[in-house]
Amino acid sequence: MKIIIAGDGKVGATLVRQLSAEEYDLTLVDVNPNRLDSSSERFDIMAVQGNCASMEVLKEAGGETADLLIAATSADEVNLLCCLTAHGLNPRLHTIARIRNPEYTGQIYKMRQAFALSMTVNPERQAAVEVERLLKYPGFLKRETFAKGRMELVELKVMPGSRLCNVTLNDLDSVVKCQILVCVVVREGKAVTPDGNFVLREGDHIFVTASIENLTKLLKNLGIITHKAKRIIICGGGRVSIYLAKLLQKSGITVQIIEKDRDKCEILAALLPSACIVQGDASDEQVLESEGISTCDALITMTGLDELNMIISLYGSKCKVPQIITKLGRTNSNGILDSLDLGSIISPKELCCNTIVRYVRAVENQSGAALAVHSIADGQAEAAEFVVDESTMHCNEPLKNLRIKANVRVAGILRSQTPELPNGDSYFSKGDTVIIVTSGQVIYQINDIFE
Amino acid sequence: MNYKMMGRFMGRILLVEAAFMLPALLIGAYCKEDDAVKGFILGVGVTVLLAVGLLQLCRGAGKGFHAKEGLVCVGLSWIFMSLLGSLPFYFSGEIPRFIDALFETVSGFTTTGASILPEVESLSKSILYWRSFTHWVGGMGVLVFLLAVASTADSKQGFTMHLLRAESPGPNVGKLVPKMKTTARILYMLYIVLTLLDVVFLLLGGMSPFESVCTALGTAGTGGFGVRNDSIASYSPYLQNVCTVFMFLFGVNFTCYYLLILKKFYNVFKDEELRLYFGMVLGSIALIVWNLKGYYSTLGETVRHAAFQVVSVVTTTGFATTDFDLWPNFSKTILLCLMVVGACAGSTGGGFKCIRILLVMKNLRRNVQKVLHPQKVQVVRINGQPVAEKILDNTNAYLAAYTFIFLFSFILISIDNFSVTTNFSAVMACFNNIGPGLEAVGPTCNFGAYSIFSKIVLIVDMLAGRLEIFPILILFSRSAWKHR
Repeated sequence: MKIIIAGDGKVGATLVRQLSAEEYDLTLVDVNPNRLDSSSERFDIMAVQGNCASMEVLKEAGGETADLLIAATSADEVNLLCCLTAHGLNPRLHTIARIRNPEYTGQIYKMRQAFALSMTVNPERQAAVEVERLLKYPGFLKRETFAKGRMELVELKVMPGSRLCNVTLNDLDSVVKCQILVCVVVREGKAVTPDGNFVLREGDHIFVTASIENLTKLLKNLGIITHKAKRIIICGGGRVSIYLAKLLQKSGITVQIIEKDRDKCEILAALLPSACIVQGDASDEQVLESEGISTCDALITMTGLDELNMIISLYGSKCKVPQIITKLGRTNSNGILDSLDLGSIISPKELCCNTIVRYVRAVENQSGAALAVHSIADGQAEAAEFVVDESTMHCNEPLKNLRIKANVRVAGILRSQTPELPNGDSYFSKGDTVIIVTSGQVIYQINDIFE
Repeated sequence: MNYKMMGRFMGRILLVEAAFMLPALLIGAYCKEDDAVKGFILGVGVTVLLAVGLLQLCRGAGKGFHAKEGLVCVGLSWIFMSLLGSLPFYFSGEIPRFIDALFETVSGFTTTGASILPEVESLSKSILYWRSFTHWVGGMGVLVFLLAVASTADSKQGFTMHLLRAESPGPNVGKLVPKMKTTARILYMLYIVLTLLDVVFLLLGGMSPFESVCTALGTAGTGGFGVRNDSIASYSPYLQNVCTVFMFLFGVNFTCYYLLILKKFYNVFKDEELRLYFGMVLGSIALIVWNLKGYYSTLGETVRHAAFQVVSVVTTTGFATTDFDLWPNFSKTILLCLMVVGACAGSTGGGFKCIRILLVMKNLRRNVQKVLHPQKVQVVRINGQPVAEKILDNTNAYLAAYTFIFLFSFILISIDNFSVTTNFSAVMACFNNIGPGLEAVGPTCNFGAYSIFSKIVLIVDMLAGRLEIFPILILFSRSAWKHR
């Protein structure tokens, strides 16, 4: 499949990294020749320099024969124009545009129709939605939902002194007294698919599937406090903060936003009547103290600088804030951040990328494609949701009799609305939804898990 | 430096080389050439052993493989390939001294075509085939071949771009399509098709099948190893003209052929490098024909010989239909200058490359303009597109490196006390991968008389010329081997 990516920014670069490893023909368009040079050196792609909204440049990039165009430049308007022009060149082209300006969120549906877009992505809004979900269930570093919300894949860190330290996976059920399945463990930055004899150690990040009810039990049995957040402090008044504050408006949570720029504060105050806007430098401990950081329920750092976010989060963990969420816009996690206490890490570009990759896979394999795809453990592992249909092999056979590839785990089976954590005797039948976690190769279709 | 990754890579190259030796072995067996067969069996055996050894030793390589490793890998691969490719010559006894066998092999892979053999007609068929085959695979590139046949998993590695760039000639190597593997495959497909066409036309002219294949392989790689002692002189005029045409075709940038397939005829027609190449060939032929008045009996014969020699030299093939060392000095000098210019980038030809000549000239003109009009800002254009300053800088650096290596080699081989013209043309011929020079290394002579030291210098020159200097130069630099 031929894909054109317009704009080698954060989302563009992440997409290139993920898609070039798979079998797609990628062409990258950008105005900046230096960025293009470094991208084309590192990845097996074609680079075209120019304005992506110009018809000539699109022709040179192969717009007439491409299957998909992803417009991810820094300006929404350019993205829209690019998609429109490309459509004029090639009516059968699928187009995805990134629209992040909050002023356009209301009209997204109409714009999709007017500009014939196949999909729009808004990384900031997705990040805000993700933060809201994390706030609902403090204690987990990350949550991915599958099977229409009935099964979850959560990330937990094994804290020093936790009940999970030095527990063998075979004995896990008796320690936490509920049914969970550990799919992937990230130890010192490397992802492994564990077997029953794996021993959990302090500092491990474990990815666990469980039904929603069992998750609450899990948190309780691990001794992690789960009272809902009543007052949260947000550092930085950017787009994500605006979306987040709007989402939390109805939930009765007190939102305090600390923003440095006076003019921005006035705009925020006008947009968000129910939030408390404070003008100040969030990196200043005095400001944080005076806003009551030691008694707040959650600290969310979302300034424009990743380094600043990290420092404020570290201060927050020193003040023993129960839940910390850090936004990292530019950095790739790389495992070194595991040793720092940054709480949950939100990366808008990764979220956006996951959505787009899922769409790409769906376009590529019309049938049998994953319903949902989530990249976990810093991209080292992937969790995908599939529906079992007629073409799936080995239906109704117990899992222990099946030869499944190494590094692939069946993490969950959903049968007629009931989630089930699979063991050796479980089987899947037609109509079930199956969740697969792989830390090795990508699984495009459910039959790929078999050897 | 990721030695393990490089080791694995070289292991794979050697396996490919062993596979290439097999057809020669079969030909030897079919023609009952026992010595040659022995040579090839030993050659294949040692190569496979070394390859397997490397692959086993270098398991568990890490992932870091960047531009530096790519360049070093290319240089080392070609050196190893040449060393092992000379084993059949040596073990079969047909080239008794190892240094001579190495010279012949390097001359083969780098598509030079310079030979140390006083006469070739007594060689066994399998050895002759192997000589010509080294031209064919060295012309388009062994690494490119590996890339074309490599599995998807291998080609996903980022370093493949560095390898392709390091081996392909030209200042700005681009891809035809987004995926590297597909680009490599397209190039080899075009290459195979053109070679087969050449074989067909030669067969139609009455050449024997064995000679057609060997000649076509040598033409395709723009190498120059012939199967007869007088190169192409004793073949019919039709066959000579066929060779002229095909040598010319193989000196064209293969991207142009791809564009023709995509029906972008206008782009090809307007290509500046192609026009320069074409113009130079026509101009040189005209000048030489004028200068050669009286040397040959008919005008047709003069044109035929002039055309053949001009095309042979400018594409750095090195076939000869006549002893051009007997020509008047004006014609000889034109040929000498054409040796430097070389063919188009992205072809199998050697030399400095037409596109670089264009870039250097245009840059020079811009600099002269700047002296007259200092405030003026100008951009150098090729085919209407502006050229990045980085490429111009690299081209100037290449020119400097080229000149220094040339002079240095020239001085070194003069120790052997041959004439100045001989030495000058010997370095010219080897560094530009042409083959025959003038006087003692002229088209009817060979390089056998040089000392071992000079042969080594010329071997390095041949490799440096084919790989465009830098991959060989950095092998001599300490910082390539130091840990970063």
